[in-house]
Amino acid sequence: MHPAASVIVFTTLSGAGFGLLAFLGIGEPAPTGLRAFWFYLLGYGLAVAGLLASTLHLANPRNAIKAFREWRSSWLSREAVLSVTALIAVAPVAFGRVFLGQDWPVLGVIGAALCLLVVFSTSMIYAQLRTVPRWNTPLTPVVFLAFALAGGAILAGRLQAALAALAVLGCVQLAAWIVGDRRFAQAGSDAGTATGLGRIGRVRLLEPPHAGRNYVLDEMAFRVGRRHAAKLRILSLVGAVVLPGILLATLGTGVVVTAVAAILHLAGALASRWLFFAEARHVVGLYYGR
Amino acid sequence: MTSLPTTTERKLGLVIDLDTCVGCHACVVACKGWNTVADDGAPLSDVDAYGPDPVGTFLNRVHSFEVTPDDGGAARVVHFPRSCLHCEDAPCVTVCPTGASFKRAEDGIVLVNEDDCMGCGLCAWACPYGARELDLAAGVMKKCTLCVDRIYNENLPDADRVPACVRTCPAGARHFGDLGDPESEVSRLVAARDGMALMPECGTKPVNRYLPPRPRDVTSDERLDDAAEGSDRPSGFLGWLDRMLEAL
Repeated sequence: MHPAASVIVFTTLSGAGFGLLAFLGIGEPAPTGLRAFWFYLLGYGLAVAGLLASTLHLANPRNAIKAFREWRSSWLSREAVLSVTALIAVAPVAFGRVFLGQDWPVLGVIGAALCLLVVFSTSMIYAQLRTVPRWNTPLTPVVFLAFALAGGAILAGRLQAALAALAVLGCVQLAAWIVGDRRFAQAGSDAGTATGLGRIGRVRLLEPPHAGRNYVLDEMAFRVGRRHAAKLRILSLVGAVVLPGILLATLGTGVVVTAVAAILHLAGALASRWLFFAEARHVVGLYYGR
Repeated sequence: MTSLPTTTERKLGLVIDLDTCVGCHACVVACKGWNTVADDGAPLSDVDAYGPDPVGTFLNRVHSFEVTPDDGGAARVVHFPRSCLHCEDAPCVTVCPTGASFKRAEDGIVLVNEDDCMGCGLCAWACPYGARELDLAAGVMKKCTLCVDRIYNENLPDADRVPACVRTCPAGARHFGDLGDPESEVSRLVAARDGMALMPECGTKPVNRYLPPRPRDVTSDERLDDAAEGSDRPSGFLGWLDRMLEAL
């Protein structure tokens, strides 16, 4: 699949932003005044920047407002509705803490749950696609949620939660790669089923329908990523999990350490998300012999 | 609404005969032509059409595959037109966030309302068959409409009220009709020729069917063996020649 920069940035940043807002929601931490202002600015900033980035890959953005309509059937629409709902639901708690020095725990927990639902709905956009077997597994939402929780915990400065979330993230990420590598073969599609000609014999593309590229090839038969996949996986795991874990465990959660750990984590998360797209094979490639 | 209708009154679709298709691409050209000059929707654009990197929107593409029989017979070429299959369980419809994609309850045609499309491309990802292409000039998703603006068009003579690809096919390899009616010509074709659904494992329940190529005549193995170099025991004239040459 084509790894569109806007979508990679969007899912990574908004995931960490909603993760941070979720931790703030459950009162871990529960800052007030100016300190709360900076926390919420960061959380909202990441979440909203991500959501704005997501509109950059639309070919016809003037109809983007209509994406709120089909929440009954579409995960993409649910994501749009939930993200706006979550951002609104978090606002009164943020206002109370920043300006009134008040804490409303019940509202906070509701906001936190909505934030995690946003991340879940984002992941389901990919996990629902049977056409991309690597994504079509329950591990996809698990990995997305683990990234959001790990990024959120680091940004929230919660040492225990961050270390636990990083450990879980490392495990589920490895599991997703191992399981994902076998998914395409397991799904059972090949050139024989794609053309129906498998009942006669072995099927091979002799001549493609067009000499140049087209939308389907550009979007769904992207092949660059697979060459350096192994190296990128290691870099991603080291950046997203190992280095932030070691930093936090040894140096604690001071502002500078947290910032460095968060930047390393997000860089690793971006690499992982890039691989998520670049390594994913779409079944339509079978019609093109790839 | 991008929820799917539970049933459709009719299941209009295509039956494509892979035995007869000669791979001439006339259907591709006719489709491009009709859907570029038609009144409804954006034309099917080309970008850099006369430059070094031409790319364009097509709703139908013809691949050519080589099939080598499992029983070791001769390989053959099968030309394979690929377009929207107007699936009963169309994943491209349910993923659409804006309601632009829909499946009609009256005839099962899957369409895009371009006035609602935001060009996110998720429907194209959801389709196993590569049937949807985003028009790079208009920024909206394009797909086969089964020539909905021809098949019901009372201004056209009867013979023209079929999809442009069907009307133009010089080999008669494309058939159009109601696959929900077991008595229709297309349904009988499918029954008689064991018509195939593509990638059934994707769970899309496609309406369109492909008729597999008929089995080829097989040259008898004996005569092939006779002609083969190093054949152990040739018969007939070759056998006689073989024995004579050996006796010399």
